[in-house]
Amino acid sequence: MQHATTGQKKWLIRIKQQKQLIAMTVPLVVLVIVFHYLPLWGWIMAFQKYSLVKGISGSPFVGFDKFADLFRDDRFYQVLRNTLVMGLLNLITGFFGAILFALLLNEIRFSLFKRTIQTIAYIPHFVSWVVIANIFTMILSPDGGTMNVILEKLGLVESPIYFLAQEEWFWVIHTAASLWKELGWSSIIYLAVLAGVNTELYEAAEMDGASRYRKMWHISVPSLMPTAFVLLVLSLGWIIQSGYESQFLLGNSVVIDYSEVLDLYALNYSFQIGDYSYGAAISIFKSIVSITLVVAVNFLSGKLGQGKVI
Amino acid sequence: MRKLTTGDAAFQSLNYILLSLLGIMTLYPFLNLLALSFNDSLDSLKGGVHILPRAFTLENYATMFQNTQLYGAALRSLARTLIGTGLGIFCTALFAYALSRKEFVFRRGFNLILVVTLYVNGGIIPIYLTIKNLHLTNSFFVYLLPLLINGFYIMIMRSSFEQLPAGLTESAKIDGASDFQTLFRIIIPISLPVIATITLFIAVMHWNSWFDNYLYNSRDQKLALLQYELMKILLNSVGQQSSQTHVDENTVKIISPESIRATMTIIVTVPILLIYPFLQRYFIKGITIGAIKE
Repeated sequence: MQHATTGQKKWLIRIKQQKQLIAMTVPLVVLVIVFHYLPLWGWIMAFQKYSLVKGISGSPFVGFDKFADLFRDDRFYQVLRNTLVMGLLNLITGFFGAILFALLLNEIRFSLFKRTIQTIAYIPHFVSWVVIANIFTMILSPDGGTMNVILEKLGLVESPIYFLAQEEWFWVIHTAASLWKELGWSSIIYLAVLAGVNTELYEAAEMDGASRYRKMWHISVPSLMPTAFVLLVLSLGWIIQSGYESQFLLGNSVVIDYSEVLDLYALNYSFQIGDYSYGAAISIFKSIVSITLVVAVNFLSGKLGQGKVI
Repeated sequence: MRKLTTGDAAFQSLNYILLSLLGIMTLYPFLNLLALSFNDSLDSLKGGVHILPRAFTLENYATMFQNTQLYGAALRSLARTLIGTGLGIFCTALFAYALSRKEFVFRRGFNLILVVTLYVNGGIIPIYLTIKNLHLTNSFFVYLLPLLINGFYIMIMRSSFEQLPAGLTESAKIDGASDFQTLFRIIIPISLPVIATITLFIAVMHWNSWFDNYLYNSRDQKLALLQYELMKILLNSVGQQSSQTHVDENTVKIISPESIRATMTIIVTVPILLIYPFLQRYFIKGITIGAIKE
């Protein structure tokens, strides 16, 4: 008992000493709770027949009905497929693209050229998806768009193709746009790792008569591996979270069967039909898959002897 | 000078060609838009404008800025970015500093609360309803408040603060400095690279946002942002892509949708492109330090 009270006293003294640190953080923690945890409270409505008027406290509970609806809904599987395919395509192209770009750039000795390319490559990361979508719409336009002009000049097509209105092109276009936007940016970290590689390794290889290409393959690539592995594992959990801005902006009513992703489906469904519970059920499904992926991948990487990432 | 073998020379030339191509592919669309924005609208319709305007004019920009709606949107975007970035960097620094103090009683708890937000989020519909129930829809605050705390940025800044020598804060404390004084007089001035990096990230995030405008504030034209206006142009033009644009040669003030889009895209892009080269050396350093140590 005596021990507890002195412990409490000590704690109170510490609180008093740290009142500035507390003042710095408590209002911010309140913000975090309001904007990040309060929406989690909204998950309850996935188990309700939620009505906007009655709110969460007044709406009747219906158990797992909304999830049952979800798993019976063909559209849901289509949208899930789109989300996963685009997420996976982004992951693969982004991963190998960034590594390849970093490796190639690392081989450049002429530093002005290197810096110029680097600076240019980062630009798309900083502009909005709205701008990117505008650029791609213009390039792919059937009405004098660069892509069609090039294809026509090469004699590959006879009449211009309206790429953005072709279902089968959407995934390709979306992946290309994402890669174009983030290629330079995602290579920063690999460039930093390459800059830190011991130069003696390269010198020794050179003495042994290794070519540029072999040095890259036997020294640069292996030194990128640990970082690459961590980044790959981290991004696996995000496959289902591939965003919605890009799909919203690049997609249109013609290609919607291939462009709609989970978030947009939740949004459209809830707003058009007024069924917010269904939208919330989709959000929960997404979070569960995402967390499961992160945990599974983390576990797996522990098993593979790479150490847990998180 | 080392002699190149044929294989090396081939590899190197190929590399230069490949990277140049990549550079051109990235830069060309922007230069093309720039050229179109400075080119006479009617002349652009003939096609064939690449990276230099063929019939130079400032008419497109003049027309755009006469549009009061657009002018207002530009001012709001600017206001949002300035206020949002100022508040954002302030809050990020406060939170990061407190979390970097080893003796802070709530360090573990607050850290956990923050980390969870990186992996779990309510999802689009629950977040929408929360914002709605807080009566933040149709208000300017919805642009600022939800984005004030970003777990990722706080983590980067925290790990950067933690790498500073512990003696710095200890000696400040012995000299009687409060935590606020320590943060603003000692920690921030020597952490400029990471401050600059995060400032750039927050500014870009605010400047590029349009979805919150679309979702929460689309009813009130007085809250429209520049990106949202550009998005509306994009969505309108996709629908009528294949139909030909008819422009009356006699009315000078009408500019074609293509020119509007080009000019608008340039207006939206230029502010970012102006600040980013100055901050580039900082963010490369900032992001790699934060990331590798994690």
